[in-house]
Amino acid sequence: MIVRISGEGQFRLPDEDADRLNELDNRAVAAVEQGDETGFGELWSQMLELVASDGNALDEEELTESDVILPPRDITFAEAKGEFSGDGLIPD
Amino acid sequence: MPGLGGRMSTVIKAKISRMLDRAEDPGETLDYGYQKQVELLQNVKKGIADVVTSKKRLQMQSSKLEQNIVKLDTQARQALSQGREDLARLALERKTLAQTELQSLDSQVKELEAQQEALTANEQKLRQKIEQFRTKKEVIKAQYSAAEAQVRISEAANGVGEQMADLGLAIQRAEDKTETMRARASAVEELEKAGTFEDLSQLGGGQDDIERQLSELTSGAQVDDELAQMKAELGSGGGDAPALEQGEEKA
Repeated sequence: MIVRISGEGQFRLPDEDADRLNELDNRAVAAVEQGDETGFGELWSQMLELVASDGNALDEEELTESDVILPPRDITFAEAKGEFSGDGLIPD
Repeated sequence: MPGLGGRMSTVIKAKISRMLDRAEDPGETLDYGYQKQVELLQNVKKGIADVVTSKKRLQMQSSKLEQNIVKLDTQARQALSQGREDLARLALERKTLAQTELQSLDSQVKELEAQQEALTANEQKLRQKIEQFRTKKEVIKAQYSAAEAQVRISEAANGVGEQMADLGLAIQRAEDKTETMRARASAVEELEKAGTFEDLSQLGGGQDDIERQLSELTSGAQVDDELAQMKAELGSGGGDAPALEQGEEKA
């Protein structure tokens, strides 16, 4: 699975991580819907950590489309409301 | 499919897939795709240049605020030396507000500087990817049948398109941020201009909205301290106080 962190680059993650990432994504949507900024912040850090720990940066020369695009690292809670809604980043 | 799009990325992706759909001959698609990428790279460069221009405007606003701070300080002293403590207080309140704004503006300009560097580095990466695409298209043209080439090329083109869209999004974010900062700095500048320091009789009168806003925004303690300090300085400075300039000073 290829994941892009917006503004940073692409990472290759084991396919098993898709479920974990999707679960975090759904919980992040729930946190945003409840207006829970702290909760969202924690989930967002966990998503970034997952990419950092399991992902390998793609070679600059690879021309591949991402399966998931995560928003910029410094996303604000207000911006998150636009991104983490409905199915979230990953359609269920 | 990626869930996050952002308007910008959607637009660019649409452009690229449209261009892929249009051409029937893969060789032609490839050349056209490359040409389009080079064109879009120019837009990216222009976008980064716009961010730099906005940053420079912010820096200009910051130096204007610095001038205003000096001016307001002078006006406070003049008012105080004429025994108009009310006016001095008002000038100091505005000065405090301008100082607060200046601080936040300066730190945001620094942040923008870092963003600008990141954008430039990413533009470099994008350029590499486009170069890679150029090489790859020749290989694909030579090695694959039309049908196969079509699949491979749309993959590669979308990869480049995504990178480009992502950079576009980052540029847009930086631009939006400078707009917000500029609007705030302008509002503070307007406050200073609206200050009727040129017509003291008018100022002495009623409390306007700006004044009310100011007293909410500025820390009373800081203004009190500065006022006391100014009084002490003027007191020790002896009798002959500078005359109050009326309407002469306009930065």
